[in-house]
Amino acid sequence: MRGFGAGFALLCAGCSGWQSAIDPAGPESRNLQHLLWLFFGVSAAVWVLVMLVLAVALMRRAAPSTAPLRPGSRGERGSAIAVSAAVAATAIVLVGLTVGSYRATSALGARGDEPLMVRLRGYQWWWEVTYLDPLPERVFVTANELHIPVGRAVTVDLVAADVIHSFWLPNLAGKQDLVPGRDNRISFTADRPGIYRGQCAEFCGLQHAHMSFFVIAEPPADFERWRSTQLQPAVAPMDTEQEAGQQLVTGKACAACHAVRGTGAVGTLAPDLTHVASRTYLAAGLLPMTRGSLAAWVADPQTIKPGNNMPAVPLSSDKLRSISAYLASLK
Amino acid sequence: MSETRPEIEAIEVIDRDLSPEALEQRLAQTWATPRTLYGWLATADHKIIGRRYIVTAFVFLILGGVLALAMRAQLAGPENRLVSADLYNQLFTMHGSNMMFLFAVPVMEAVAVYLVPLMVGTRNIAFPRLNAFSYWIYLAGGLLLWAAFLLQMGPDVGWFAYVPLSGPQYGAGKRSDIWAQMITFTELSALAVAVEIVVTVFKQRAPGMTLARIPLFVWSMLVTSFLIILAMPAIVMASTSLILDRLVGTHFFNPAEGGDVLLYQHLFWFFGHPEVYIIFLPAVGMVSTIVPTFARRPVFGYLALVLALIATGILAFTLWVHHMFVTGLPRVGESFFTASSMAIAVPSGIQIFCWLATMWHGRPVLATPMLFVLAFFATFVLGGLTGVMVASVPLDTQVHDTYFVVAHFHYVLIGGAVFPLMGAIYYWYPKFTGRMMSERLGRWVAGLVFVGFNLAFFPMHLLGLAGMPRRVYTYQPEMGWGGANLFVSLSSVILAAGFLLFFIDALRSARYGARAADNPWDAGTLEWATASPPPSYNFGHIPVVTSANPLWEERGPLPVATGLRAGRRELLVTTVAEAQPEARETSPRNSIWPLMTALTTTVMLIWSIFSPWAVVWGSIPIGISLIGWFWPKGTPEDEA
Amino acid sequence: MLVLLALMGCKREERSVRLAPPLADALDQVALMPNGIGGAVPYVMAILDHPYDKNAYQLAQGKRLYDWFGCPACHGDGRGGVGPSLIDGWWRYGPDEASIFATIRDGRPNGMPPFSNKMTTEQIWQLTGYIRALGADYATAAAPGRNDDIHTRPAENRAPVDIGALLHPQEAR
Repeated sequence: MRGFGAGFALLCAGCSGWQSAIDPAGPESRNLQHLLWLFFGVSAAVWVLVMLVLAVALMRRAAPSTAPLRPGSRGERGSAIAVSAAVAATAIVLVGLTVGSYRATSALGARGDEPLMVRLRGYQWWWEVTYLDPLPERVFVTANELHIPVGRAVTVDLVAADVIHSFWLPNLAGKQDLVPGRDNRISFTADRPGIYRGQCAEFCGLQHAHMSFFVIAEPPADFERWRSTQLQPAVAPMDTEQEAGQQLVTGKACAACHAVRGTGAVGTLAPDLTHVASRTYLAAGLLPMTRGSLAAWVADPQTIKPGNNMPAVPLSSDKLRSISAYLASLK
Repeated sequence: MSETRPEIEAIEVIDRDLSPEALEQRLAQTWATPRTLYGWLATADHKIIGRRYIVTAFVFLILGGVLALAMRAQLAGPENRLVSADLYNQLFTMHGSNMMFLFAVPVMEAVAVYLVPLMVGTRNIAFPRLNAFSYWIYLAGGLLLWAAFLLQMGPDVGWFAYVPLSGPQYGAGKRSDIWAQMITFTELSALAVAVEIVVTVFKQRAPGMTLARIPLFVWSMLVTSFLIILAMPAIVMASTSLILDRLVGTHFFNPAEGGDVLLYQHLFWFFGHPEVYIIFLPAVGMVSTIVPTFARRPVFGYLALVLALIATGILAFTLWVHHMFVTGLPRVGESFFTASSMAIAVPSGIQIFCWLATMWHGRPVLATPMLFVLAFFATFVLGGLTGVMVASVPLDTQVHDTYFVVAHFHYVLIGGAVFPLMGAIYYWYPKFTGRMMSERLGRWVAGLVFVGFNLAFFPMHLLGLAGMPRRVYTYQPEMGWGGANLFVSLSSVILAAGFLLFFIDALRSARYGARAADNPWDAGTLEWATASPPPSYNFGHIPVVTSANPLWEERGPLPVATGLRAGRRELLVTTVAEAQPEARETSPRNSIWPLMTALTTTVMLIWSIFSPWAVVWGSIPIGISLIGWFWPKGTPEDEA
Repeated sequence: MLVLLALMGCKREERSVRLAPPLADALDQVALMPNGIGGAVPYVMAILDHPYDKNAYQLAQGKRLYDWFGCPACHGDGRGGVGPSLIDGWWRYGPDEASIFATIRDGRPNGMPPFSNKMTTEQIWQLTGYIRALGADYATAAAPGRNDDIHTRPAENRAPVDIGALLHPQEAR
């Protein structure tokens, strides 16, 4: 009974959510949702009809004898017409659905002018986000989170760094794969503010289940504010603990892979940490961003996300405290 | 040549020269498989091989089902730690590969291997030693995969093993090589059976069985066999290229050196889509057999059903890109595949409507096989309709690689293939074993399986739309999927209980089931014209067929053709269209060489996972066993 | 028979993603000779059954680390450049795992930087295993495959990777 209630609860949970295909927040996904309702309506009607005919066919019992019948031609002709009509109706319905599908496809291809250009590079098992701009000094790199202005089209270039991944942001758009050796692209627009969650949708190895990302749609003014913050180098440490943390991050293994702009850490292999604390989640949508999560992650990444490429650097507890203080300050 | 005259006479005796009892005795002697270890290993009897095949396939079904239960246990709650990420990846890869390559296709082939010769009225399948070889190769492939899984070498890249994840750089170790080579084993086996079925159906039909009188199950197996023959080369290319890339250093799928990642997907799915029709069409044939029998009248629209089968088979080759709609291929090209994927619903619709019309004009008897057919209708139609949904490119961009698609393909595979299969087992069990399965347990099985399946898989549609992707070993608690996943996991236990009951019934009835007559369902096709189970020679005399449902037209003994030798293995070869007798063909005797060839081939294929030189050195023992196989025996081949 | 099989190959394909910290500490205790060449590997390695030489997953990780930590900058694709070749069969500090581990961890004179600050013990061992596989003169079942990249030399599982250098050592150096 509880399971049943849970199932019903899902019906409601799925109807709204930050990773739901049936809670559209943009014109592309709304288009898709309408198409879904069209197909669902037609399909449900067809299924019910077929079941009704089946039920009636079963209930039309004739004489109790079970000897095999010889087919009579009169009844057969009626059925022949009925079957032909059903086949014709099937074909017409399918043509209609195909046309509906084509119209949705062409609507998806339409793009606004002056889209925001972002390049998303999929790694095992995180997302590198590069905001592109004609002016090189306005290009910046972050990870696992995008902010987009409401009402403006966003075009994302999809690049795969290793294996095939897939960019899926159900509230805003259908998915598109990141295929090594191919230049794929996806466009979408958010028409209301919100936090939308996306997830990699092509099996990419051990931690495919934990390769999520967030897209935060906000009013254009807020977006510009966020963008200018991201363009700044890392915040300077404000007390001795953070100072010690910065020394450790730039001097030890962290800097070999991570970058913190404005310090000596210029690694390119792992997520950019310049503004890590400004993100909502850590480790590609796995842990909510808090100082505790940062500490737990740095202390033992392999227990939280087993198989990911971040090693467990042995650290004493006060070193860990300093590092987490510093990272939590990088807003 | 050194035989004495009485011995020659004993071999050359014609069936019409013997009394019925003496004929049965003589034929039993000629066609017997000795009840020794040698006989067990060397048999060429399609019924023994078919039964063995069916049992092995069902063992793989049980194993695959256990894997599924483990997966569901892991997914029952968020961030569960029952199963590690690596093990879960192996679980779903093994589940998919096992079910698709080791259960679904082989079991349909197996039922065909048993029934097609009986249904067309001949004594043995064409190329019986190849038949034996195909079973041993299939067994070897299955054992390879499962042994690897037990050694933690089970493939972990998904049942379709996309590159670059399964390629040399990201697929560490031998796991993907094991997968690719298992493909080779199972495809060899499937191809062998496909060839035998085509030849049996075209050339060994009973006299008078024109094309318009061929049973629908045989038609479906004929179309399926052509699908196998035409689709198989694509996956052999894909898996061979994968092994070459991994082992030898070729660059088929390396974009930096001119290869293409999507090439693998095209090759795989060019096979992969017909593969699901290879699984589905035999089930269609089973339904087309069960429905008329239990509606107590010949099927409505025989010609339409045959044409629908052929149309489905042809269209099956025009759909494969619908598995690649989100890879970034040009939208115009993808749209063609939307149209063709929708179009294949039309022949399926024709079949459904014809069956409905058959039942409408008949007097349906709701025995267990029919219950499974009803379950098939409800489930497969729903699955087909979600198939129409995913056929649309834009819709697919939302639901591809989510639990929606998982729900869709389980609806069409379990609803469209497994339910008819279970009905077919209930239906033909008396013929295979001479005993009836339990009608009472059968109703329970049908009910549990139907309810359990729908409770377990319907919520997956909603989960997919709510954002849950496929192939994830766990999910976060804040996603809100925990409740539905728990519900699904608990319901899977009901489904498992239904299957458990099914196997209990099958095993129990083999010993304690009620004895079955020749034709317990009063069906109309030829396999019911002989004893249950059939003797080793199938029919005392080859029947002559005058209609599509011979046992309903002739309520007494059937007319027969005489003139075949009883002292050596002989069958009747007839013309392709009109089935006029053409020649008497010698059928091979029991032989150990198929097993030898299978063993040497297995050694070569497994060795080649580790070294390319295996192809060279391993071919020598294969050559020797093939020489043994084809060594001329001195018996005349055929006489017109 | 299945039990035998299950016992036999248990470790080769196992994917151990987390080296427990005490084990990592123990594996760091390589007993080097005074001149820094050669030494004894901690006994723990034998208990773990030499995964860094035999386990395909660890070798693959080592291969990844070879690119990640900039080894190609000096050692190229193995054939050397600024740094010595790793595939010509000549090991300046010896081919054994203790020496190679010490080389990577502590650096060597004339340009090999120490990586103890940049890599964890587990990573250094993974890289050590890979370097030994790269420079091996015989193929093993657990060797990594080729890169999905531009092909500049034979793949590691075609060992020896640089047969020319092995046959003609003078020209290679």
